[in-house]
Amino acid sequence: MTAPVLLTGIDHWFGPFHALKDIALQIEAGEYITLLGPSGCGKTTLLSVLGGFIDPSRGQVLIGGRDMTHVAPARRPTTTMFQDYALFPHMSLRDNVGFGLRMGGMARRARHARAEALLDLVGLAGAASRRPHEMSGGQRQRVALARALAVEPDVLLLDEPLGALDLKLRRAMQDELKAIQRKVGTTFVHVTHDQEEALAIADRIVVMNAGRIEDQGPPMRIYRQPATLFAADFMGEMNHIPGCGAGSGIDTPLGSLALGGHGTGPVNVCIRPEAIRPGDGPVPLGPARVKTAAFFGTHIRAHLSMDADPDRVLIAHLPPGRLPGEGETMMLSADADAFCVFAAED
Amino acid sequence: MRHALPWLYLMAAFVFIYLPVAVLVLFSFQDGNLPVPPFQGPSLRWYADILGDDDLTGALAHSLLVALGASTLAVVLGFLAAYGLARHILPGSALLRGVLIAPLTVSYLIVGLGLLIVLTRAGLGLSLLTAGIGHVVINLPLAFAIIYASMGAQQQNAERAARDLGADEARVILLITVPMLAPAIAAAFFLSVTLSWDEFIIAFLLTRFDVTLPVEIWSMLRSGLSPRLNAIGSLVFLISVVVVLSVELFFARGRRS
Repeated sequence: MTAPVLLTGIDHWFGPFHALKDIALQIEAGEYITLLGPSGCGKTTLLSVLGGFIDPSRGQVLIGGRDMTHVAPARRPTTTMFQDYALFPHMSLRDNVGFGLRMGGMARRARHARAEALLDLVGLAGAASRRPHEMSGGQRQRVALARALAVEPDVLLLDEPLGALDLKLRRAMQDELKAIQRKVGTTFVHVTHDQEEALAIADRIVVMNAGRIEDQGPPMRIYRQPATLFAADFMGEMNHIPGCGAGSGIDTPLGSLALGGHGTGPVNVCIRPEAIRPGDGPVPLGPARVKTAAFFGTHIRAHLSMDADPDRVLIAHLPPGRLPGEGETMMLSADADAFCVFAAED
Repeated sequence: MRHALPWLYLMAAFVFIYLPVAVLVLFSFQDGNLPVPPFQGPSLRWYADILGDDDLTGALAHSLLVALGASTLAVVLGFLAAYGLARHILPGSALLRGVLIAPLTVSYLIVGLGLLIVLTRAGLGLSLLTAGIGHVVINLPLAFAIIYASMGAQQQNAERAARDLGADEARVILLITVPMLAPAIAAAFFLSVTLSWDEFIIAFLLTRFDVTLPVEIWSMLRSGLSPRLNAIGSLVFLISVVVVLSVELFFARGRRS
């Protein structure tokens, strides 16, 4: 089952702390959304508002078109997969997964069959009689997922579900979560602070900071054309070049960059390390001297001091074919659409 | 030689602890009228005697009734108090916790006297029920303290998950909280039973016609030493051992799973 979600005008205070500021968010049925942001940005609070664990100070939560703002978690068509999984240690995996069905009054035989089918879905067929403490972290996480999906929620809320797993397992579980979501079609709302995880898994990323939504959109758009400077920096490494709009171009310490349409006034020009290329290109950045360069497998990460402004160091990911020597000089350039320009805040 | 000393010390300690019990048990098998050396026997005549004594077996049954009843009530009340204080933010909860635990520091004599005065004033007759009330008063703080101490974030998260999956408050408590806290609840219960089982002062002050075993033993003591007392003591000891061993077994099983 699946349903759309509509949040309007959500504000929440913890005492004097304004945790959520006028949040408006629309989620389509069957969409995979990640709420991404640094710790303390309000993403978990927003998830709790969706799950019914927090009654927002203001605003409205519509799930499947029905007002759920003040409805208790038990009566919402949502289930939450908690960060620490919160499995019931005194029950077998079968009883853990079947718990929600038992609360719904399903007969024992039917709910055992359904619990076993769900354990099968998450790759734990045959472990139904085991206890949670016999399982590894990744397996517990699958049990928690099966338990949350067993009651066929319209919306599944995942609170940093992969946070406790090691990196390799995390990447494997990401793919699996996505595959399971495609199979069951439920709307997933997934909280994380890991950009790579968000990029890999989401249909749409919602970037949050200090209680506000900074940006939302498909991963590629969020990464390549972020709406705000915060989103740009949070999604990955970014080079900043201060500049001043001059109609047809932008004046920077590296010279005039041929980036039109940004008006006049102080701006912040941003470019990702992998967008900077050696050699000539549509937007030349001028000559630079290699300060350090290190081989990273897929690329060479280099700190480059710009000749036009020797104190300005850009980070670039160069092709991995050849490791440039220290002090070597090269021309740098980039495509025009690789730049993001934000009005400077002062 | 160097290793002999610690062993000697250990033996001395055990002899010190267990010799009185051993002597008590030994002379319960005395085939004579006085539980003093020389040992004659063995004989089971005193066991036959006490088991045929209706007052004694009655007192034994009363003791069990009071211990089990008072402990059950104390654990239920203690659990509810602990759950309430651990899960809800209440005004003055630190004070509430203090007031709940405070009776632990009051001597049994004072508790007994206080209850006696109140009950007499209220016109309530003394009975096993009033002794049971007294035992709830002394066991409740203990049960509360043990159960409250073992309530942690782990249960709280599981409770939250259960609510999220549609469980109402009663089912959250019965299906999640109580089973997860079973070791602490059992510990509180068995400790209460043991304390209540051989509690004398409160039972003495708050019973009249139906008495508990310690009170019955005390009244027998007044007519002088007898191997009957040894036999009763041995039986009581046996029962305590059985209770303690079953607790041990229960927890050993709990640790494995």
